Amino acid sequence: MTFEAPVLNYSILAPILIVLGGALVGVLIEAFAPRASRRSSQLFVTVASLVIALAALLRVRNQVSVSAAMGSVSFDGAGFLLQASILIIAILSVFLIADQENFTALAAAVPGSEEERHSLQADLRVTEVYPLTLFAVAGMLLFPISSDLITLFVALEMLSLPLYLMAGLSRRRRLMSQESALKYFLLGAFSSAFFLFGIAYLYGYSASITFSGIQASIVGGSGNDVFLLLGIAFISVGLLFKVGAVPFHAWTPDVYQGAPTAVTGFMAAATKVAAFGAILRIYYVTFANAQWQWKPALVLIAIITMVFGSVVAISQRDVKRMLAYSSIAHAGFLLSGVIALNKSGLEASIFYLFAYGIATLGAFAVVTLIRDSGGEVTDLNRWSGLGKRSPLTASVFALFLLAFAGIPLTSGFIGKFSIFSAAYESGNTSLLIAGVLSSAIAAFFYIRVIVLMFFKDSVEDGTSVVIPSALTTTTIAITSAVTLVLGIYPAPLINFIATFATFVR
Amino acid sequence: MNALTTMMALPLIGSLLIAIIPSEQVLRIKQAAFITTLLVAISGVLTWIKFDSANTALQFVESAKWIPSFGINYAVGVDGLAIVLILMSVLLAPIVVLAGWNESEGGRWSPKVFYILILVLETMMIGVFAATDLFLFYVFFEAMLIPVYFLIGGFGSGERAAAAVKFLLYSLFGGLLMLASIIGLYVISGANGGHTFDITRLSELHTYMSSTTQNLLFLGFFIAFAIKAPVWPLHTWLPDAAAAATPGTSVLLLGVLDKVGTFGMIRFCLALFPDASKTFTPLILVLSVISIIYGAFLAIGARDIKRLIAYTSISHFGFITMGIFAMTSQGMSGATLYMFNHGFSTAALFLVAGWMISRRGSSTIADFGGLQRVTPIMAWSFFIAGMSSLALPGLSSFVSEFLVLVGTYTRYPVAAVIATFGIVLAALYILIPVQKALHGPTTPGNENLSDLNLREKIAIAPVVAIIVALGFYPSPLLNVINPASAHVLEVQGFTDPVPSESAGK
Repeated sequence: MTFEAPVLNYSILAPILIVLGGALVGVLIEAFAPRASRRSSQLFVTVASLVIALAALLRVRNQVSVSAAMGSVSFDGAGFLLQASILIIAILSVFLIADQENFTALAAAVPGSEEERHSLQADLRVTEVYPLTLFAVAGMLLFPISSDLITLFVALEMLSLPLYLMAGLSRRRRLMSQESALKYFLLGAFSSAFFLFGIAYLYGYSASITFSGIQASIVGGSGNDVFLLLGIAFISVGLLFKVGAVPFHAWTPDVYQGAPTAVTGFMAAATKVAAFGAILRIYYVTFANAQWQWKPALVLIAIITMVFGSVVAISQRDVKRMLAYSSIAHAGFLLSGVIALNKSGLEASIFYLFAYGIATLGAFAVVTLIRDSGGEVTDLNRWSGLGKRSPLTASVFALFLLAFAGIPLTSGFIGKFSIFSAAYESGNTSLLIAGVLSSAIAAFFYIRVIVLMFFKDSVEDGTSVVIPSALTTTTIAITSAVTLVLGIYPAPLINFIATFATFVR
Repeated sequence: MNALTTMMALPLIGSLLIAIIPSEQVLRIKQAAFITTLLVAISGVLTWIKFDSANTALQFVESAKWIPSFGINYAVGVDGLAIVLILMSVLLAPIVVLAGWNESEGGRWSPKVFYILILVLETMMIGVFAATDLFLFYVFFEAMLIPVYFLIGGFGSGERAAAAVKFLLYSLFGGLLMLASIIGLYVISGANGGHTFDITRLSELHTYMSSTTQNLLFLGFFIAFAIKAPVWPLHTWLPDAAAAATPGTSVLLLGVLDKVGTFGMIRFCLALFPDASKTFTPLILVLSVISIIYGAFLAIGARDIKRLIAYTSISHFGFITMGIFAMTSQGMSGATLYMFNHGFSTAALFLVAGWMISRRGSSTIADFGGLQRVTPIMAWSFFIAGMSSLALPGLSSFVSEFLVLVGTYTRYPVAAVIATFGIVLAALYILIPVQKALHGPTTPGNENLSDLNLREKIAIAPVVAIIVALGFYPSPLLNVINPASAHVLEVQGFTDPVPSESAGK
């Protein structure tokens, strides 16, 4: 047996390698740089590597390749769009993460211990969050362009492990934060096991782990269908867990609430793009020919997810939990783009992912601003009268809520329109009706928050809107501008997506 | 620049101007708002004069690509029905601003916000009637909810937040049902000659639909419009909203926004789904008759003067829907003229009622009495408005109510006969409050009420003038409306029944 040296297409892999390189530099800084200079150098390295990665990605935007890494990576227009969305969201998230108020002083210190008090007094800051972010981003970049199941699994773990850690870094209510991180980790490990199990079944079915090999077996139809079904089902469990679809959503509210808000925003926006990117690729490319087997189940999951997310969100009293359930509902809407299985479904999903990711990030950015002496205030009742105290902040948050609700002249409306019409075009009337009805339910709790902010009198309990740092301001300004512009004049982005959005098979 | 686009741009420019005036200079803001609405009204009248009533094609047409990949255009144009409603809207706007000179001051926010919202709303009111692209119509239809929501919730009185939310949720629910239908139409158009939202092309699509599809799509539109109009049993949001809003907002809400519902029934329900319209006509006529009678009974029992006016409107909207779905040219012309007249008689009622309420500090009818002696001009204005509302011959509403009844009788005599009782009840619900509030002994607390001041007289004079003038000489409007309504029916093959005995108009 001769050993073949792997042939890698470095220009296509460059964005991932640059981000990973940045992460490694970050680890070195963490190890060797003096504490005082760590924050600024980490921030610089992180933003720089993300920006350079984005530039490197733009250079290869017209390339299409199924053999970028010995058949393990497929790069194409859709991959480019997804990676670009992830990088843009990541850059904006890093701006939020840089506002270190949110993070614990010393992650290793036991909550309530002497060590923690010392670290707080010394005004220490965790800076390991930067390389962790970069590792997660690298995993996210690999996730939607993986074209074999092993690479997909590696990417999944690569993006998940740093997120588990980041979820536990909250400065206040550290026990809750750590509990959420542990929950996330345990459930994530559980779903990874399912995912691996699925890989085994698919290998048993097709004797292949590549997407194209499995697809060829499905088309050939010679394998054992039971293995195929079990394989698709278990792999779907692993993927649906990441996007928080019902019934695999249980971690979402706790983790969204417990994690530092900047991390929640990053997780909610970027993970969703990466995970849906992978789902889109595997369903559009590999499982498309077996659609009669999985479609009914996925339709059911999509409908339950939309309705459950919208209904349960109504009773939430905490803004981060509410946004968590809202993200569950949106996962349901996005699944209808997967089920559509046509070109407009793919374009609509990518547009929706980008628009939703940006709006989500913006919403969480606003959440970081509402604070009292003990940190962020996420209890919705204490948000009442916010419109009086800080009209601008409240208006921006209202804009994001209206975008989530899909009101015209926001990006959410265009997204909703295009994804539902794609679903209906493919003959899924039930998804259209369920989508519209759950949007109506969802409108209720978005509007409730607007009522609270604008029409209720404020309570004097020390809740105030802090003046955002320049970086946070940048994030909020960009996300709100994008949300508005994509609602008023989305044609350029839609055309841009339409020219690129194809999967190479 | 296109006349319609100019009219839509003017209020937006005005609102931008107001945005840069410091909020302390309240008078300057009010003047700017008034001048803007006046300019819009003048350009509206000029457009009206230029409108060629003999030409049944859309006029003042402008079209530009907006989202080409979905076939969405910014397309505006008016026929005889739309121009009448636009004229009504732009005439009411300056009157509302002038009449409610001080109503912006008791609000949650500064008057600046009030006038910006009013002007933005005016743009959308013109846009919603002028749009000839279904998507553009929907954008205005939904987006105009937001300024109204803030106008009610921020500047109203009493249970304003609850009323605003009720209004918004009802409307959003209807809007989302309509969105489902719009997506349906979009997909059907894509399968039959390419994606489009052009209403002329959409009106040819019904031949490709099965009757089930057509019925379902029709219902999506109709329910949305029936909520807006409002038709019993979807009316319950209206009394709350009208009672909570400022008088000026109520005028725009009942006078203009609700007309979008009845206008939409003509423009979209009838024109896009002629077969389904015929199928549902019996049901809709029953609902209309119930609205007429039920609204009248509610009005008779009303104790609050603003609620009274809202209930009378439910009755009036019953007449309008009945006239539309009678599908005769008289009925259609009558319904359109009714929309115009109802706008002015409701405006008169609400504005005078608003002055009475602000002077007396109460909106309960029983608190007034003998106003005829104390404040003769105010009392006379209210009297004329009331007479117009009960359709006294010689005042404008009489002509339209008569036309509606004649038009309905030729095809549906039973409905017309029952509806006639509505006229009798109208005499009760108007004459009882007129007698209680204006005549009889002056009740304690009313002795020192001041009569209308010059500004208020200037505001109410044109309204009363229009009510009286159109009562005697409605032909300037009818000359425009008649060809247009005949054309609407003709295009989809509805014909007038042959009169059996006395020939109608």
